[in-house]
Amino acid sequence: MAQQIFAYINHNDGAADDTALEFVTAAKKITSDGAVTAIVTGSGANLDTVCNELAASYNEVWKIDSDALAYPNAEVVRKALINILPGDSIVLFAHNTFGMDIAPGLSVKTDSAFISDVVDIEGVDGPNLKVVRQEFGGQVSTHVTADISSGAVINVRPGSFQPDESKAAGGQVADKSGEAGDLAARRRYIEVVEAEVGDVDITKSDVLVSIGRGIEEEDNIEIAEELAEAMGAVVSCSRPIVDSKWLEKSRQVGTSGQTVKPKVYMAMGISGSFQHMGGLKGSPFIVAVNKNIKAPIFQFADVGVVADILEFMPELTEKINEIK
Amino acid sequence: MDILVCVKRVPDTAENEIEVNSSGSDIERDDLVYSVNEWDNYAVEEAIQIRDNSGGAVTVVTVGDEESEEVLRREMAMGADNGILCSDEAFEGSDGKGIATILKSVVEKGNYDLILTGAQADDGAGEVGGMLAAMLDMPYASLVNSIEIVNDKMIKVGREIEGGNQEMNEIDLPCVLSIQTGINEPRYVGIRGIRKVASVEIPVLGVSDLGLSAEAVGKSGAKVTRQDYFVPDLGEGAEILEGSTEEIIEKLIEMLKSKGGIK
Repeated sequence: MAQQIFAYINHNDGAADDTALEFVTAAKKITSDGAVTAIVTGSGANLDTVCNELAASYNEVWKIDSDALAYPNAEVVRKALINILPGDSIVLFAHNTFGMDIAPGLSVKTDSAFISDVVDIEGVDGPNLKVVRQEFGGQVSTHVTADISSGAVINVRPGSFQPDESKAAGGQVADKSGEAGDLAARRRYIEVVEAEVGDVDITKSDVLVSIGRGIEEEDNIEIAEELAEAMGAVVSCSRPIVDSKWLEKSRQVGTSGQTVKPKVYMAMGISGSFQHMGGLKGSPFIVAVNKNIKAPIFQFADVGVVADILEFMPELTEKINEIK
Repeated sequence: MDILVCVKRVPDTAENEIEVNSSGSDIERDDLVYSVNEWDNYAVEEAIQIRDNSGGAVTVVTVGDEESEEVLRREMAMGADNGILCSDEAFEGSDGKGIATILKSVVEKGNYDLILTGAQADDGAGEVGGMLAAMLDMPYASLVNSIEIVNDKMIKVGREIEGGNQEMNEIDLPCVLSIQTGINEPRYVGIRGIRKVASVEIPVLGVSDLGLSAEAVGKSGAKVTRQDYFVPDLGEGAEILEGSTEEIIEKLIEMLKSKGGIK
């Protein structure tokens, strides 16, 4: 394949995101030689640290150093990328809050195909790349083909590809800062407001009773609290509970909430979106109770019960209290 | 402030189990309950609140078949002033860029200060808002969970980013924003509210009304095509406990004890 493959690297405090090594694996599924160039934007010493670290895993690392890129504002980064990318490039992003922000618009500006939230890559056949995506919150999967002959922007779901730890690329860092061009933007970054700390720190608990949509009503949260009390656990939740303002944001497990590492995770009426599961680390013992046998949570859980949590939780609570 | 909100009629995943049909060509659509995409409800609510505070009008638009009109009426019952239905056989099979191309024509027929979409819909791509902004050459922010109107040239928006943090930006108008759930509490719409707007006329726009060429949209314009639906073989998955509730609870408690789940 004549088209060049690039991966845009997210980084923080001088360390590349985990997805940096996952892109290397993903790229090998697109082109047999696996040649892929990392693009790293930012400013200062941290940027150099990241670039040098990535040279072990990438054939080439393109560095763009500019004060305007100190924070990755998607509009500014897009401008820089449009100026440095060769025509027909294939560009990989992580499907995170930055990748979702930049990628669709970049694909329009570079007149290339956009494929969102890819969980697997099957390969190239003629002009077409065949990938796997999910729809309906992970309830079904689809094969998708995209004509990538005039380039592609591909958002890869974090954690979907094994990281390539070989670190055998021996690449070079090339400074492309001079080619970034005019970076004036109509969207200007101001600041990051850190999440508020709640009265309960769910990250400190070994056992979490976590509730989702299946709780149905605010008044039913009491049922989960009673189970948590019986187990010596703390109540956490998935996103819809916070959207409904039934529990504070600090109780939310997921990529847009807290990252937790409990020993036991009781997923009660939680469907198991990848954003939710992304907040669960350290391989806990997962118990899923859900009415819907098709819920993706049953793929992640160790043990599952197909039941209505509003009936199941009180009975479990009662039994635990009996034996204690 | 004149605001356009792009909405979509989707199968309601809270009401349905989504299953693949026998040939894998589609999901089982018989007996599916449809509703407006959850994210779009938040976008419409936000638009209504902005209009109520600073004047102007809210228009809701969708691309779909005749039945999509019902979601426009629902959003008008919430308080949107106008609806536009983009419907044409030529639109069928559009990819994200096809939909964005259709919406771009709608935007150019009006004079909007602000264009909102939901952050994502049933296919989880979350792509149309960003594409539309780029096609219109307007600034864009995704996953917006707060909007503050500064003046008629600029607004301040918060974006939901990882870890529950919020990224604050200034953004020039006109712009496109994709709205994240939780930004507000969408108002309830009763049957009576929907009856009130039942006879309001909703214009239907096709390829020629929008000045589009049929090749640019629909199947013929799509670079990205869904080939099939399938249920992946994800290996073992959970051990499903069976038996009476009592037996299940007994087994579960033994497991929880051994894993340190009961203190």
